[in-house]
Amino acid sequence: MTTALEKTTAAKDRPVPGTPLLEVRDLHVEFKTRDGVAKAVNGVNYSVAAGETLAVLGESGSGKSVTAQTIMGILDMPPGRITSGEILFRGQDMLKMSGEERRKIRGRKIAMIFQDALSSLNPVLSVGYQLGEMFRVHQGLSKKEAKAKAIELMDRVRIPAAAQRVNDYPHQFSGGMRQRIMIAMALALEPDLIIADEPTTALDVTVQAQVMDLLAELQAEYHMGLILITHDLGVVADVADKIAVMYAGRIVETAPVHDLYANPAHPYTEGLLRSIPRLDQKGEELYAIKGLPPNLYKVPAGCAFNPRCDAATDLCRTESPALHQVTDRDGAELAGRKSACHFWKETLHG
Amino acid sequence: MPDMIEKTAPAGENAIPAQRGTAAEAKAEKPRSLGLDAWHDLRKRPVFVISAVLIVLLVLFAIAPSLFTSVDPRAGDLRNHYLTKPNYLHFFQGDWFGYDGQGRSIYARMIYGARASVVVGICVTAGVTVLGGLLGMIAGYYGGWVDTIVSRFTDMVFGIPLLLGALVILNAFQVRTVWSVVFALVVLGWTQMTRVMRGSVITVKQSDYVTAAKALGAGTGRIMFKHILPNAIAPVIVVATIALGGYIATEATLSFLGIGLQDPTISWGIDINSAQKVIRQAPFALFFPAGMLSVTVLAFIMLGDAVRDALDPKLR
Amino acid sequence: MGRYVARRLLQMIPVFLGTVTIIFFMTRMLPGDPAAAMWGDKAADPAQLAAFKHQMGLDVSKWQQYLNYMGDLFTGDFGTTMGGRKVTDVIGEAFPVTIQLALLAFAFELVVGVAIGLFAGLRRGKAFDKSTLVLTLLLISIPVPVLGFIFQNVFAIQLGWVKPTVQAQHMTFDQLILPAVVLGSISLAYVARLTRTSIAENLKADYMRTAVAKGLPRRKVIGTHLLRNSMIPVVTFLGTDLGALMGGAIVTEGIFNVQGVGNALYHAIGRSEGATVSGFVVVLVLVFLFASLLVDLLYAVLDPRIRYA
Repeated sequence: MTTALEKTTAAKDRPVPGTPLLEVRDLHVEFKTRDGVAKAVNGVNYSVAAGETLAVLGESGSGKSVTAQTIMGILDMPPGRITSGEILFRGQDMLKMSGEERRKIRGRKIAMIFQDALSSLNPVLSVGYQLGEMFRVHQGLSKKEAKAKAIELMDRVRIPAAAQRVNDYPHQFSGGMRQRIMIAMALALEPDLIIADEPTTALDVTVQAQVMDLLAELQAEYHMGLILITHDLGVVADVADKIAVMYAGRIVETAPVHDLYANPAHPYTEGLLRSIPRLDQKGEELYAIKGLPPNLYKVPAGCAFNPRCDAATDLCRTESPALHQVTDRDGAELAGRKSACHFWKETLHG
Repeated sequence: MPDMIEKTAPAGENAIPAQRGTAAEAKAEKPRSLGLDAWHDLRKRPVFVISAVLIVLLVLFAIAPSLFTSVDPRAGDLRNHYLTKPNYLHFFQGDWFGYDGQGRSIYARMIYGARASVVVGICVTAGVTVLGGLLGMIAGYYGGWVDTIVSRFTDMVFGIPLLLGALVILNAFQVRTVWSVVFALVVLGWTQMTRVMRGSVITVKQSDYVTAAKALGAGTGRIMFKHILPNAIAPVIVVATIALGGYIATEATLSFLGIGLQDPTISWGIDINSAQKVIRQAPFALFFPAGMLSVTVLAFIMLGDAVRDALDPKLR
Repeated sequence: MGRYVARRLLQMIPVFLGTVTIIFFMTRMLPGDPAAAMWGDKAADPAQLAAFKHQMGLDVSKWQQYLNYMGDLFTGDFGTTMGGRKVTDVIGEAFPVTIQLALLAFAFELVVGVAIGLFAGLRRGKAFDKSTLVLTLLLISIPVPVLGFIFQNVFAIQLGWVKPTVQAQHMTFDQLILPAVVLGSISLAYVARLTRTSIAENLKADYMRTAVAKGLPRRKVIGTHLLRNSMIPVVTFLGTDLGALMGGAIVTEGIFNVQGVGNALYHAIGRSEGATVSGFVVVLVLVFLFASLLVDLLYAVLDPRIRYA
């Protein structure tokens, strides 16, 4: 038997790098509560290919985590409800699958890394047990074999003295080590796709970089697709291939990472980039996007961003913009670049 | 429900409840104290409203039973004989719920029985809260050997089962009144309050505003009663309200066992005891005092539940 | 852990001695002369009474009696009843009956209470949950004597499923079922409510989401991840309840004529039998103390975040 961690990708049914892995099409999710219906996701489209990293960027309440939970099938329903859309995983619509089919995909084909490892790991079970559980449930290994695998995994994510620490409990590890355990758990069965929901937000800055590097390295090694959900533009730049910016449950801009940084095509992205502190602007007042994130119970008519946009016109207040293909000054399509702004040309070229 | 939304969205994405919070804050411009806040919260709970109505009614029974019946509860009316069946058409008359084994009106005894229960419940709760609360505060505030002595003594008394200890104490009284029962239950019941208060005070004592008050030179009494007490009292109130119903049930049980209240005091427990001997012929003689007792205990437990939810949302 | 247990046992000694002292003086301060009461209504012959008192050790001061009692206690001598029986014999007769009753009640409240609480917690806000909340509240409100009579009447007298009372001489296990249900019912309501709240609370925890995201089957998500965490507060309650079940069966044992601790104590208190009462309470306090130690140890086993401090 080959161990799960050997790079025996050929033996496994692995997608070839570059082939589409996951495609979210026109996804709508809402929450029905006492206070009304909160439209959390309003027509999201994005895709990830094997070996590719998609960064989903957005503030709190932009719907980036809800989308991820819907893909994972861990959305609480009720109050959550998927009103329309498709989630294609290697060509098959997961929303049409049975509960049992979806369960077999979770953890095995698509795995997730959560933000707060301390609360996301079960406090009363040893990390060895929680890691080994993946092998016991999905591969039917014995307790002993599973523990050996758990130690191997902990070694793989560079937790020192793995064999001694395998029986420790989550609270006995540092924040960075705990997040490594979360990563190890996600990697356990070499999934095709990993969704990392703010994996470094809860960590110290120095540890953040280590964890991100580890994640990027392992992703490259196993040719996994990675969806990196974050609100931190700084995290994205080094690791992502492309970026989708979300606002009020919609994608407002997608672009290859460097194009987006160099020249945003949506006023919201522009605002986000301007609000990053920079050393060369020392002493100047930091830019902040005015207003508050949208109330999902009452998304503004027209473009959801219009109340906070400096360039908003009457058109923006009445008509919701489509996700336009972005072109350069000569009208040639820019690959992978789209913007949901009526005035993307002005924003991009103006 | 907002807490469900919180569940679906991970920590980083809780914009929905946050916005609801800001909207609610905008509405309530006046800053509200914790107590006032709890009161506003309570009024909207059906559980609280129902239990409050029941308790007001019970207290009325206890204060002025003659408002509800003109029949003497102690008079064995020979014309009505032994175990006359209830006449449900005669509202508020002596025979509405029938007559007991000694020809006394069950309805009148039901009304008059409220006094013993209400007095025992309220006095015992007040007694244990003051006694236990004070000891708990002293132990928690001073710590060290004071805490050790108080805590060990609390452990010693805590080890004595309430019902058993009360039986032993009450057996020493030749004539037992409501006050002997109150005495026995306070002597044995304060330990729970001490433990709750002590824990609460220790938590509050470490907070910054207490340190600040000390730094500003506030005296011990002022710190204890002005700064610590108001912030430490909530769990004690919650436990006390819930315990109140339990004390009423304990009094009835003691009276039922014949070592609680005695004639001529009217207690549902005594009536339950005498009704058990005639349970086959006259189940109604058991039903009404037992039902009344259950409703009373229920009302106080419901009140306790509502108060707990209002004062401490975490416990919900 | 060994050191923790040793320290806890050591701490138990002063508490135990203190409780026994309190109980001793509570029972010996009872008014009336239990020795004189042996002669019933007749006036006792002063010489005989004095001799009896001397034999019982009642002719010395209360303090001397206390010292004698404590001294005897450590040699395992709990004294004698006024009737001349050894208290240890009376205890040895009554405790096995009560232990059976209490364990049966305990098993009942544990199994049924946790099951009801689990289902209610998983279906929070649904019909089953709401009816559980209402019914358990009603159960808590009904005083034990009333509950006892209702159950006795319905299940024994009306339906005839079981015998209404326990035969003193030929007590069989099945006769204890009804009293055990009555004894355990109020605690059952608490266990169900506690479990329900705990389950509903933990259902929202992040690690539950992780467990689902790992692709675990529902049975494992609930059985391993949810239940283990949710049982922590329930275990605390159950532990303290075990002691309470043994000492608190006075009413239930009376109604169903169970010849256990409660019955023996009730009669001993009525007859002002100081030695018997304190003998029983000494054992009950020991049970209580060991139960709380057990709870603390179990607590640390269930929750690794708790350290033996």
